[in-house]
Amino acid sequence: MAPAIQAENLVKTFGDVRALDGVSLDVPEGTVLGLLGPNGAGKTTTVRVLTTLLRPDSGRAVVAGVDVLKHPNRVRSLIGLSGQYAAVDEYLTGFENLTMVGELYQMSGRDAKARALELLEWFNLTEAKDRTAKTYSGGMRRRLDLAAALVVRPPVMFLDEPTTGLDPRNRLALWEVIETLVEQGTTLLLTTQYLEEADRLAHDIAVVDHGRVIARGTADQLKAQIGGERIEVVVHEPGLVADAVAALSGYALSEPAVEKNTRRITLPISGGARVLADAIRELDARGIEIDDIGLRRPTLDDVFLTLTGHVAEQQDEEGGAAAKRRGRGGRDKDKSGGTDGTDSIDGTDGIDGQGPDKQAVAAGEER
Amino acid sequence: MSTTSTSGSSGSSTAHAIGAAVPAQRRGLAATLHDSWVVAKRNLRRMTRIPEIVVFGLMQPVMFVLLFSYVMGGAIRIPGADSSSHTYIQFLMAGIFAQTVTFAVAGASAGIAEDMTKGLVDRFRSLPMARSAVLVGRTLADLVQTAFTLVVLGLVALLVGWRIHDGVLNALGAFALLLLVGYAFSWIGALIGLSVRSPEAATSAGLIWLFPLTFVSNAFVPVTSMPGWLQGVAYWNPFSATVQACRVLFGNQVGPVDPAWPMQHAALVSVLWSVVITAVFSWLAVRKYRSSTA
Repeated sequence: MAPAIQAENLVKTFGDVRALDGVSLDVPEGTVLGLLGPNGAGKTTTVRVLTTLLRPDSGRAVVAGVDVLKHPNRVRSLIGLSGQYAAVDEYLTGFENLTMVGELYQMSGRDAKARALELLEWFNLTEAKDRTAKTYSGGMRRRLDLAAALVVRPPVMFLDEPTTGLDPRNRLALWEVIETLVEQGTTLLLTTQYLEEADRLAHDIAVVDHGRVIARGTADQLKAQIGGERIEVVVHEPGLVADAVAALSGYALSEPAVEKNTRRITLPISGGARVLADAIRELDARGIEIDDIGLRRPTLDDVFLTLTGHVAEQQDEEGGAAAKRRGRGGRDKDKSGGTDGTDSIDGTDGIDGQGPDKQAVAAGEER
Repeated sequence: MSTTSTSGSSGSSTAHAIGAAVPAQRRGLAATLHDSWVVAKRNLRRMTRIPEIVVFGLMQPVMFVLLFSYVMGGAIRIPGADSSSHTYIQFLMAGIFAQTVTFAVAGASAGIAEDMTKGLVDRFRSLPMARSAVLVGRTLADLVQTAFTLVVLGLVALLVGWRIHDGVLNALGAFALLLLVGYAFSWIGALIGLSVRSPEAATSAGLIWLFPLTFVSNAFVPVTSMPGWLQGVAYWNPFSATVQACRVLFGNQVGPVDPAWPMQHAALVSVLWSVVITAVFSWLAVRKYRSSTA
């Protein structure tokens, strides 16, 4: 099947900056591609090129079978775009905003109104439909913006950081809407700095950095690239760390890593929860008291660090260096335990291993 | 939105085939007019939601009428007339009307500049709509605002003693000419708004050049009172032609019309200027809007 979105070697420079340095990607019809990358990686620029807002210096793009550069206006009638900043008129009501968009999609006035009401209901904005968007909360504006992108039920949608800045509850709600769209067959290109978001929504992930796609695959494939699972144990008594290593080394695929000062042992394993249970029994039998133990799989966070050498959010030197160490050995693990990919037995595991508080925070505008 | 209602109501949406509703395209001029009207409606709605803009747009010309007629009216002497303020206001109003329609430039430039800084312009650009509609819609809405301002200003002027002396039909002709000039100037405002990009700067940039334009003219004092080299500028100023034409159409001409050619053919000169300004600046503005897309 022909891809619904196809980009070949897109290049775009702004002055000295190569915002896009040969981006190629394709999204098969009915699937979701997550474009993952830090601020300034070129995610938004890619979306702007594919949605006809920006002309690339070179390269080629086809969306829904139409050449983006040759027939931009035909592409526009086949796509929906919802951006980082809610593109609604704050002095118009929700209903007026959606009706206007419908009319500009060349619907008749009556059809545009009917569709607006339908969308307002779907997005739970019916009660607020006659209030100006100025009075809406951030989450409501984002919903209105997404609704505006859905006015003509476009076969191809572009969502540029759709949940940036939303609280966890609103984010979850928006994810459900997006999942519904995908179930209905919409092809979706989604940019995000939230690894959890890509993991949950995207069939395929393209990691973008410095204007290039540096890796491509499913979340599982990308995770597999950087290694398998491991057990992490924090021993209660510093004096018993060596004993614990001896007790567990039989389960380890290779030499366990030990951090003396945090009493943390990390051992690469295979076999999952069964091995974890055995390890706990073994430690118990030897009377070694533990503070924490968990089975850890690599997260997209690790993938990202390994691939790019820096964290998704822009951090200071120290943060970046620490992240690199984590990325390589999975060793200098996050001390909060359980919130980051650890299927912890102390009941603190979050959704899919990523607590929302752990997520990269959007820091300003991407070029 | 709550989790349950989202998943609950999404079932009904599934019934609609995705992509089946992409409507047929309008083409050419019809599309441009339709889209411009949709954008104009949006701008007019905004005006009713932010009445401050309309109110302050009104206050300035009203203030000018009151200040010029009561403060300066006694001191400014119009050749061929007595110096009573009643006479000065007959002379003054055509100038104030013309100044009002040209000052609408600042509104257009600020409005466009503000639109360009907002995410909404990305929405417009991603829609299958006419590229010029955002600008045409803005200038049409400004035209409606200008018309409203002229009506209120005319009523205020009638209250302080201004009168139409040459029939309602000619007066309506004067207002039509004023609207034409105002529309032409709003395209200059659009280009300024697209070039400046910050609403604050656009307001100043939209206003600043209007002072020499409107003062180096016949609006407030007779051109013959200016130094010779400036008279030529004042005579050919599109603003002067508009003022002169309105003065005659309102029947407010005091004494004979200045013998200078552009003053003798003021209505024609004013219309020609408006057509040229509209053609040149709409072309430049639309081009600018398109290129800022790429």
